[in-house]
Amino acid sequence: MPRLAADRRHPVTLVLNGRQVTAEAEPRLLLHDFIRHVVGATGTHVGCEHGVCGACTVQLDGAPVRSCLMLAVQADGADVRTVEALAPAPGRLSILQESFREHHGLQCGFCTAGILMSLDAFLRDNPDPTEAALREMLSGHLCRCTGYTPIVTAALAAAARLRALEPHHA
Amino acid sequence: MKPAAFDYLRAETMDEVLEALRQGGSDARILAGGQSLMPMLSMRLARPSLLIDVMHVKSLQRLSEAGGRLTVGAGVRQSRVEHLADLARLQPLLAAAIPWIGHMQTRNSGTLCGSVAHADPSAEIPLVLLALEGSVHLRSRKRHRAIVAEQFFTGMMATARADDELIEAISFPLARPDTGYAFREVGRRHGDFAIAACAAVVGRTAARLAVGGVADMPTARAFPLPADGTALDDALNAFAWELNARDDLHATARYRRELVRRLGRQVIEDAVRHRDALTPRKEEAA
Repeated sequence: MPRLAADRRHPVTLVLNGRQVTAEAEPRLLLHDFIRHVVGATGTHVGCEHGVCGACTVQLDGAPVRSCLMLAVQADGADVRTVEALAPAPGRLSILQESFREHHGLQCGFCTAGILMSLDAFLRDNPDPTEAALREMLSGHLCRCTGYTPIVTAALAAAARLRALEPHHA
Repeated sequence: MKPAAFDYLRAETMDEVLEALRQGGSDARILAGGQSLMPMLSMRLARPSLLIDVMHVKSLQRLSEAGGRLTVGAGVRQSRVEHLADLARLQPLLAAAIPWIGHMQTRNSGTLCGSVAHADPSAEIPLVLLALEGSVHLRSRKRHRAIVAEQFFTGMMATARADDELIEAISFPLARPDTGYAFREVGRRHGDFAIAACAAVVGRTAARLAVGGVADMPTARAFPLPADGTALDDALNAFAWELNARDDLHATARYRRELVRRLGRQVIEDAVRHRDALTPRKEEAA
């Protein structure tokens, strides 16, 4: 790849929620700003912009990462999943989302998109997590409303429902 | 918070990286996992004119166990090492410390070499590298060299790396027989910067203790064994004072000294137990 000049916009191509997207970005453009402002997918929220709060967490090639600690140009060629990918159909929630609603795992909802993206990957790799492991993983997210207890309850309930659906994971 | 403008080069070969570093000098910065550099760019504490992305250079993805060492290339993310099936056997200290680096979400991106390059005084990987007497492998257009950790870290976020050099890899000695390893850390919350972190490597006759989060850089000392009695307490106390702890927002100097004394003793004792669990003494084995 040639050196990309600071004062120009360059094409960036990535797969966003299963759809290939090409749009332009200056080298300094952060990935979340590319997703939100250039592509227009505003489900990903932006909190602290320095890697502390976890609100902007997306999955990059399947792994949860902070989209504020990544440039759009770095994600060229990558597979990115955001909260928009979770619901199976318009008007229907995923099991994880449904569980958050049922157990009051969110209040203002600002941190939720990031937490869901971490949990979606975490529960795939750890279908039957201990509460301690879950809490340690959630330490990468700040929620100023819930006190985390309903989030933990929602996550454990979702894990149980997902295990019941796919018993080979248990 | 948005970074100031810079050029971006996604390097695909080592030659490209080294040539860009040679030309760019101190205005160029290596971008690997970005978990330390990106916040500095966004806060504009760093304003390089060029970022050289090294994550697509194949040779820097090397993660290998050879010659009694675990060698970790510049492109190897923390989560990849964390999930090595036999990490606890290869190098137990690394296995114990990695879960303390940031969070799962940052370890999925951050690299071990990046943490060493950043040289935060409270970071876990520099501490472990120092405790194990590991090495930093540097390469520039003109030369390549290996420096032991003790000589690599020179101060608060300062290292012996020259502007035109890339940290190509770091290497950790593999676990030795008859040796125990232990790690402990105290922070405000899991994933926060360490207020103090201690790593111990204990053989039959001596212990090596490294402390992070207290002085300007991780610092190690040798301590005589056995670990019981007041001689160790006195030595730990002297070490705690030597580190010149300072008060800050997170903890007082006095609290940090107390952590060095207590965590220091705990990790040495943990490492003695670890050693004895792995290699029972002859009379016990008989």
